[in-house]
Amino acid sequence: MMDFGFKLSKSSTIDLTDVKTDRFEQLCKQEPGARVCIGCGSCSASCPAASLSGMSMRKVLLAMQRGQDVRPMLRNCMLCGKCTMVCPRGLNTRNIILNICRQYD
Amino acid sequence: MNHNIVIIGGGIAGMEAAKALLALGHTPILIESKPYLGGHVAKWHKLFPDMSSATELVEKLRKDITAANIFLSTDVISMNRLASGWTLKLSNGIVINASAILVSTGFKLFEASKKEEYGYGVYENVITNSDLEAWFNGESDWRIPQNPKTIGFVHCVGSRDLKACNGQCSKVCCATAIKQAIEIKERFPFAKVYCFYMDLRLFGKKYEDFYVNAQRDYGVQFIRGRVSEVGETIDHRLQVKAEDTLSGKPLKLQLDMLVLMAGIVNNPSIRSISAMSGLETDSDGFLRSSDNEYGVVESGQPGIYFAGACTGPKTVPETVAEARSAALQIHSYIKKLA
Repeated sequence: MMDFGFKLSKSSTIDLTDVKTDRFEQLCKQEPGARVCIGCGSCSASCPAASLSGMSMRKVLLAMQRGQDVRPMLRNCMLCGKCTMVCPRGLNTRNIILNICRQYD
Repeated sequence: MNHNIVIIGGGIAGMEAAKALLALGHTPILIESKPYLGGHVAKWHKLFPDMSSATELVEKLRKDITAANIFLSTDVISMNRLASGWTLKLSNGIVINASAILVSTGFKLFEASKKEEYGYGVYENVITNSDLEAWFNGESDWRIPQNPKTIGFVHCVGSRDLKACNGQCSKVCCATAIKQAIEIKERFPFAKVYCFYMDLRLFGKKYEDFYVNAQRDYGVQFIRGRVSEVGETIDHRLQVKAEDTLSGKPLKLQLDMLVLMAGIVNNPSIRSISAMSGLETDSDGFLRSSDNEYGVVESGQPGIYFAGACTGPKTVPETVAEARSAALQIHSYIKKLA
């Protein structure tokens, strides 16, 4: 490719207008609690995989609402259940993760 | 000796105080600059968090205070201190010698058009919280589309905003946005509703339940990020820009309708009242209470008391509690005079 001495960067802007959230809506049918996340981050702070792999339950739920693929992050989950224990809103994070995995089966 | 008690402002604070004073055996004089009683609440649809009717509350209060002397469409044009009490001259020519005065002049809604970047008065489908309440109450509004598919709410419009000269939090808008989001979802169940917030300040009883209710049962989505600007696409849809701060990325979204949560600002009428009476205003422009912990309804001047949003943003229950408290203090003050 010709080098013109400049490059075009891909915009990082999330265009929520076109985002498909079918997977998130399907998840909410099985686990309505998925909607009540307040993004406090206790789940990620308690996650033993977070510091090593970037796994974050908070980010998984947010990414689903932004129509992104969460599989790369979820692969690092060991289903230890610590996030379920600390969640102040009582989200059944374990069940949320299992339900997301079932969608991709 | 008969002591006159003057209540300046006939919103729910003034009305509730009048009711309490009547019950304590006084006949207060209630002065309201508008041709109707009830202030902002009279124009509101439902109240959070129980969704009770605002107009019914005002109607109930109005019936309870028919024994008071009520002057509508009347302003106080002068106040003079006497050896004991005050002389007030009203715009209808009446002069009153008052032993005690309750200031309950309330607040003013922030003028949303001042935040030009939000496009109120520029783009067709941008409305305010009070416009939406009027529509809920049955008024027609051409700016509200027939069947909106995507609706946005912007929190903190003219609140916590030094550029808008209002550093204070308006306190009620977070819960109001949630209430209105729920009400709009009830009318347009298939619409997607987004709330753009900086912080959600849901401090009151049942407010958190209300928030969970909006998220879980109505599917209202909350995006943490302050809308930076509103524009229009080529096909006349609104487009808002914000940062999705929880993902750390810029975000844009097209909407059919945008509701601006205009905040609470001080009522300009308190400036003339403070000039006439020597009452001081605080750094936020609201009237200064003798202190903000134990003496919120006291002015520091003998015989003058405060109730409601003249001293800062207040919820309905806070306003009503202050009105009752001020009425009781006025009662004790008058008893000491006699």
